[in-house]
Amino acid sequence: MAEHLSTSARAAGAQPVPIAERLRRRRRIGESMIQALLWLCGAVSILTTLGIVIVLGRESWLFFGDEAVSLIEFFGSTTWQPAIGHFGIWPLLLSTLITSTIAISVAVPIGLAAAIYLSEYASPRVRAWIKPILEILAGIPTVVYGFFALYFMTPLLRAIFGPDTVQIFNMASAGLVMGIMITPIICSMSEDALSAVPRALREGAYGLGATRFEVATRVVLPAALSGILAAVIVGVSRAIGETMIVAIAAGAGPNFTFNPFQAAETMTGHIARISGGDISYASIDYNSLFAIGLTLFVMTLSLNLLSQRIVRRFREVYE
Amino acid sequence: MNTRRELNRLPTGADLRADIRRRRRRGLFYRWLLLSSIVLALLSLTTLLLNIANDAFGLVALEYRRDPDTLGPAPLAELEQDQLIAILSENLSRNRLRVLEREAPLAQRSVEELRTLVLEEVARQRVVESATLFDSLFQRAATEAALREHHPNARIVFRSWLNWSFLATPMASQPEFAGIRTALLGSLWVIGLTILFAFPLGVGAAIYLEEYATPNRFNRLIQTNINNLAGVPSIIYGMLGLAIFVRALSRLTSGQAFGIANDNGRTILAAALTMALLILPLIIINAQEAIRAVPRSLRQASYALGATKWQTIWHHVLPVAFPGILTGNILAVSRAIGETAPLIVVGASTYITFDPQGPFSKFTVLPIQIYNWIAQPQEEFRRIAAAAIIVLLVMLLSLNSVAIVLRNRLRKSL
Repeated sequence: MAEHLSTSARAAGAQPVPIAERLRRRRRIGESMIQALLWLCGAVSILTTLGIVIVLGRESWLFFGDEAVSLIEFFGSTTWQPAIGHFGIWPLLLSTLITSTIAISVAVPIGLAAAIYLSEYASPRVRAWIKPILEILAGIPTVVYGFFALYFMTPLLRAIFGPDTVQIFNMASAGLVMGIMITPIICSMSEDALSAVPRALREGAYGLGATRFEVATRVVLPAALSGILAAVIVGVSRAIGETMIVAIAAGAGPNFTFNPFQAAETMTGHIARISGGDISYASIDYNSLFAIGLTLFVMTLSLNLLSQRIVRRFREVYE
Repeated sequence: MNTRRELNRLPTGADLRADIRRRRRRGLFYRWLLLSSIVLALLSLTTLLLNIANDAFGLVALEYRRDPDTLGPAPLAELEQDQLIAILSENLSRNRLRVLEREAPLAQRSVEELRTLVLEEVARQRVVESATLFDSLFQRAATEAALREHHPNARIVFRSWLNWSFLATPMASQPEFAGIRTALLGSLWVIGLTILFAFPLGVGAAIYLEEYATPNRFNRLIQTNINNLAGVPSIIYGMLGLAIFVRALSRLTSGQAFGIANDNGRTILAAALTMALLILPLIIINAQEAIRAVPRSLRQASYALGATKWQTIWHHVLPVAFPGILTGNILAVSRAIGETAPLIVVGASTYITFDPQGPFSKFTVLPIQIYNWIAQPQEEFRRIAAAAIIVLLVMLLSLNSVAIVLRNRLRKSL
């Protein structure tokens, strides 16, 4: 103790810098190295994004640089037949849009209604049961949903509308099952938005004599609308990027049709089918996949950015 | 003024009571409507599971070229290893035997495998028709009669397509002899390596973002970027993996740089790297939440005792955040196990009969095996696809329940 005192006294005598300051100034190589290492871990995510952008951009550049391809044809033509040099993305894009629209029109009503029930009506005990089950639904691999679409939904549709109308592979069954797949996502995101609405708003409405349903639809729902909108947008982006269900159930081969009971390949389905085979790296087929991938990436990225923007705005209102 | 006039128009007396009754009734009606959406969701989950079970079990009609129980001195199920080998070498052509020996020496094969071989090669067992579980249970007599009528010589037995030999045997061209051994091992290899890459990177990034990052432009960029990466479709990651890990780094991922003769980079290593990038954002976001939940006072106490930043993080923050981080990781891993699309693009092969030997092996994984079987036209492939789905779902559910139990424990302790 005495020795300790004397050293610190000596130190104070010899150097006017206080000990706390000296400790702070001391170089700690180990600490800095760890910090640099952790920084690198964070930077990997930036590298991933850069990687995606560079890879998609470079191969698409090669694709559009080919004399057989023109940008106008890519975004304007309705035939995709690489074998004879026709690269119009519309057949693929259209079936992506049709399956996503079907999925969203299933998922939004069911997901939103379930969210309203969970946040406004359900007792904590019921919620404790329902939420894990919804999580299970959200955790089922999409290849399993594909099985369900092909072997349950398609026969069902064929039994209802007749096997002549509904083809074995069709966009409707893929879309419907995709709707079931994204229902839990929309439900849980909307429920978060609904629960974030302050209690005082509800109590004010109850105080004016509103019924529970009126509170839910006229007070809570409008207040949470932006959060719900964000959930719907995320759902759309999921539907557009979903691969396995459409690869299994929507059919192989691009087909420009508005009829949901016909087979038509989506963008993701096309990428999966073509790249699954032994494709040569130098071919225009290979490059064309990346042009489709870039289109897909731009679509989902802008949807995600839009949704994040909406959420951020919505948070500002209540904080 | 306006409001007062409206107030005067509001219902009173009997009108008011009728109005309230009407609104209540409407509320009740919509309540049931809302509830029905939840019922609908539960119903689809049940239908999905029943639909899978319906295909994975059921009556089958078996036909044999030769009765398996008359091949040896005793019924097939009771034969020993050397007796089985004797049957094989008696009945098979020399060429076929040599091929089998080259795949794996007969003497080293398990009794199970040998029995399957005898059934497949000598008895020439074929499943000629199979029925679904519900038909087999609820209309047993009619189903059996139909099977017997179609195949008068067949033996009709109840078969669980999900059985031990299904788990233990590799891929085969005949659905009744095909198994998921290689796919399961492939999945385990890919997932193991994925965890190895993604866990340290993800947790490291989360620590950096939560503990070190000052809110400057670059760090904000990282954060936004991670949120965006979480929403990128998985197939895009597959294309990234194909272009970078399979093609550009093919010398590394094919193992040529380490003296392994592989012609391309479509290996376990490339798949695991791709998968690691895919689940990284998920791991980071979850780990960040866990770290953020650690109370500030804990850190301040540690600093007050003179600990450095890293000492504080390593000895105080991480141990407290660990269960939360683990939960997030398990959820991310269970996502990776079921993920199919990126691995199709990266190029998992579908027909592989040998076990993966290491990171530079060609491989297949469970979801891709399932996808491949779904794409086959014969009904029996659909049965084994259903059986493989059950294996996959059991794996995922047990992982997820571990995560849920961990989370609940954590919630109690906080």
